[in-house]
Amino acid sequence: MQRPRSYALWIGGVRDPGSTWFLGSLLALSVVIAALNLLVPESSALHLSRYGLTLIGKYLCYAMLALAVDLIWGYCGILSLGHAAFFSLGGYAIGMYLMREIGPRGVYGDPVLPDFMVFLNWKSLPWFWHGFNHFAFALLMVILAPGIMALIFGWFAFRSRVTGVYFSIITQALTYALMLAFFRNDMGFGGNNGFTDFKDIMGFNLDSDRTRVVLLVITAVMLGASYIACRAIVCSRAGRVLRAIRDAESRTRFLGYRVESFKLWVFVFSAILAGIAGALYVPQIGIINPSEFSPINSIEVVIWVAVGGRGTLYGAIAGAILVNYAKTYFTSALPEVWNYALGALFVLVTLFLPRGIVGLLPLAKGNHAGKPKKDVETFIVPAKTPEPSSE
Amino acid sequence: MRWGCFWLGGQWLLGLLLALQSTGFVYAQLPSDAGFAGRIGALCNATFEEKNKIVESIVQSGHPSAQPTLTALLEDRLYCRSQDQKVFLIKPAPEDSPTFNLIDPLTLKDAGSASTDDITRIVTNNHLRRVLETVLARFRLSSPKASVRLQAVKEIERDLNEGNVQLLRERSAIETSSKVKKEIGIGLGLASIDSSDPRERLAAISTLAGSLRQDVLNRLQTLVEKSPDGTFVESDEHVRKAAAKAIESIESRRSFYSGIQTVLFGLSLGSVLVLIAIGLAITFGVMGVINMAHGELMMLGAYSTYVVQLLMPNYIGSSILVAVPVAFLVSGLMGILIERTIIRFLYGRPLETLLATFGVSLILQQLVRTVFTALNREVKTPDWMSGTLQLNEALAITYNRLYILIFTLIVFAALLLVLKRTRTGLEIRAVAQNRAMAKAMGIRSEWVDAITFGLGSGIAGMAGVALSQVTNVNANLGQSYIIDAFLVVVFGGVGSLWGAMVAGLLMGVVDQLLQPYAGAVLAKIFVLIALILFIQARPRGLFPATGRAAESQ
Repeated sequence: MQRPRSYALWIGGVRDPGSTWFLGSLLALSVVIAALNLLVPESSALHLSRYGLTLIGKYLCYAMLALAVDLIWGYCGILSLGHAAFFSLGGYAIGMYLMREIGPRGVYGDPVLPDFMVFLNWKSLPWFWHGFNHFAFALLMVILAPGIMALIFGWFAFRSRVTGVYFSIITQALTYALMLAFFRNDMGFGGNNGFTDFKDIMGFNLDSDRTRVVLLVITAVMLGASYIACRAIVCSRAGRVLRAIRDAESRTRFLGYRVESFKLWVFVFSAILAGIAGALYVPQIGIINPSEFSPINSIEVVIWVAVGGRGTLYGAIAGAILVNYAKTYFTSALPEVWNYALGALFVLVTLFLPRGIVGLLPLAKGNHAGKPKKDVETFIVPAKTPEPSSE
Repeated sequence: MRWGCFWLGGQWLLGLLLALQSTGFVYAQLPSDAGFAGRIGALCNATFEEKNKIVESIVQSGHPSAQPTLTALLEDRLYCRSQDQKVFLIKPAPEDSPTFNLIDPLTLKDAGSASTDDITRIVTNNHLRRVLETVLARFRLSSPKASVRLQAVKEIERDLNEGNVQLLRERSAIETSSKVKKEIGIGLGLASIDSSDPRERLAAISTLAGSLRQDVLNRLQTLVEKSPDGTFVESDEHVRKAAAKAIESIESRRSFYSGIQTVLFGLSLGSVLVLIAIGLAITFGVMGVINMAHGELMMLGAYSTYVVQLLMPNYIGSSILVAVPVAFLVSGLMGILIERTIIRFLYGRPLETLLATFGVSLILQQLVRTVFTALNREVKTPDWMSGTLQLNEALAITYNRLYILIFTLIVFAALLLVLKRTRTGLEIRAVAQNRAMAKAMGIRSEWVDAITFGLGSGIAGMAGVALSQVTNVNANLGQSYIIDAFLVVVFGGVGSLWGAMVAGLLMGVVDQLLQPYAGAVLAKIFVLIALILFIQARPRGLFPATGRAAESQ
């Protein structure tokens, strides 16, 4: 890197046109949404309904999840088919806080136990539910639960050099196992129904537009912040190593880098981002249940990233928002067509747009941080080009 | 009170009757049609008490129609025609049918039909039905078929009164089939365990120790129990010891067989996985394509079975056999289509094939929903595949599971044969090992790719036929199995057919072995965690690919 290492790290990161566009529009979006919902009277055609608010909040959370996947897939070549697991773990952590917040207002009116525990005839809180009455503790858990899960899982996986397809399949097994586990009533996470019927968060009524707008703005801010953090990572020296791992893992290892540690920490960071996204998602959507863990969800996230454009960060965000907007639109307007359209989209994007939708935009050609152009075509180490090691 | 007396009386009469007719139901006198007709005619307006006596006299008559007539009475198929008080058997008919087809009880030939309004059913009560069941069991005890006799002994065992015991004893003396004889021995043992002579009880216990049945076990257990006042129910100590020993022996053999049963069930579950995974092992292992649409190709196979059954509704028995090649062709051709239009542009980019084929799977699912609706489609199970193979009292396996296991083995053997013994197989292996060299040798690698993918997809189709017999056929059929199938392939070692085989069967068996202790869901979770840990230890699976092919992966 020729650039001096100071704050050029992240300022330099967001200097490229794609990032500027993205952060600018994110800011504009939050202001406009807040104004449309709170200031414009309900009778006006321009008023943004609660439904619209929830929808945009959902898209932004998904965008953050997609960002987390793009960081490890687009830049480090780790294809996780289990990121929905980390998303859901974050969601469950905040969900536990929200359940405790309900307090005696539940259907059964028990001051401590959430409704489903009363229903299951439990007498006291299980040990892992203690502490969730404090918001700060819940926030800590939002970070720790997915983080530690990713740390343990990643430590095992990367240490034994489980790579490529093998890694993808076992992440899928992970989220599948978690889904089955959370479906069990004995686990103490509400079983099939999960958590719902939340009342308020930190004393603010979740049913009021004002709280929702604040949550939405927080989501937008968090999305922007995580974008800047990811950009800083990929533009840093470590980011270069990550890309080196993606393009030629053995070569990087022979150059003396500890490939496993790099992979591990970027994986954990990505999992935490996913967890935060989940934690922002649950209070806005108002429900979390085990189906969020389903392997199909994780695959869909990968698809958003692929459609938007891998290895660009803003592409992942654009992909998440576009695909989900299309999904919302089609499932209500033309439910029959949706699966055909989505299926065809995946096929066509993989075949004809290996760089995703943002690959079509002129600004993507500018490229950032001196990334060699050829990267995009070869991000997956092609099976046909043998590495020097095997010769 | 009156009913109680009557009941005892009936039993007593029956016993006497049996004692008199020492050799069962040899026709002592020439059966008289007129007498027989008169007897059954009397059933029309008889009270239950009278019916009981009539049944006995029918048995005594020894008329060849006695058995079918009494069977009909038991099955509520004996009717009385109002106009002339004549009794007829009717053919089984649907519930709401307005007319019945009549059968003449004397000749057992068709006797026209009658409206349901003109005839009334001859009703039975619980006691009469019990009497009829025993009577009919006695009829069947002298049947020439050993299997019928065996069933009859089992039925008689349910009601071990003195007369029946006597009957069993006589049958035992002339019985030729060892199986039936053994069953009779158990019946007699069960009867003489109540004997007042301790030696007889001991002898009974030693006979019963050879059985595996739950009811025998329960009966023996009562011998070693204590009554509420602290004394043993069984007074003789030797008998108690013998009983305890017999219980131990029965229980250990039962648990042995239930272990075998669990393993067999696990194998059959695993064989479904194997069937799915070997198709995947070809597309994923040999070609390096992550085919997320594999499950949907399987679903196409299941729907092919459904369509074949629609086309040949009168030949359900053979429809499955027709469906196997049809499903192979349908799924195989679909696979070739997918390969030619999509996958061939993506070779060497395995993670991208995942995305594209996931798209294909969505399209196929929706296609099936559009054509067949989202409802479950019913695929019928042919008669030869339903039912249970009862190997002994403690070991049974359902035929459909057994056939799927056999089918898997056949498909696996056939696939090995194709890959190892045919020219196409040689070419497939050559291209998988070294594409450039294979091309240089004049192999049309593009064509081989299409064939390979078609083969893998075709096997998925055949797996679909098997699945249609054990699960619901709907658009989500494929999704529910695909993750397990991928795990099997990865566990076994990508590219290894034997690996897929061993891994699939192992997963099925381990899952079944864990289930009694952990429950279905937890067992599944344990299996998944075990797999994740296994991959850490051996990242290339049970049977890692070796040689050049391994290095390029």
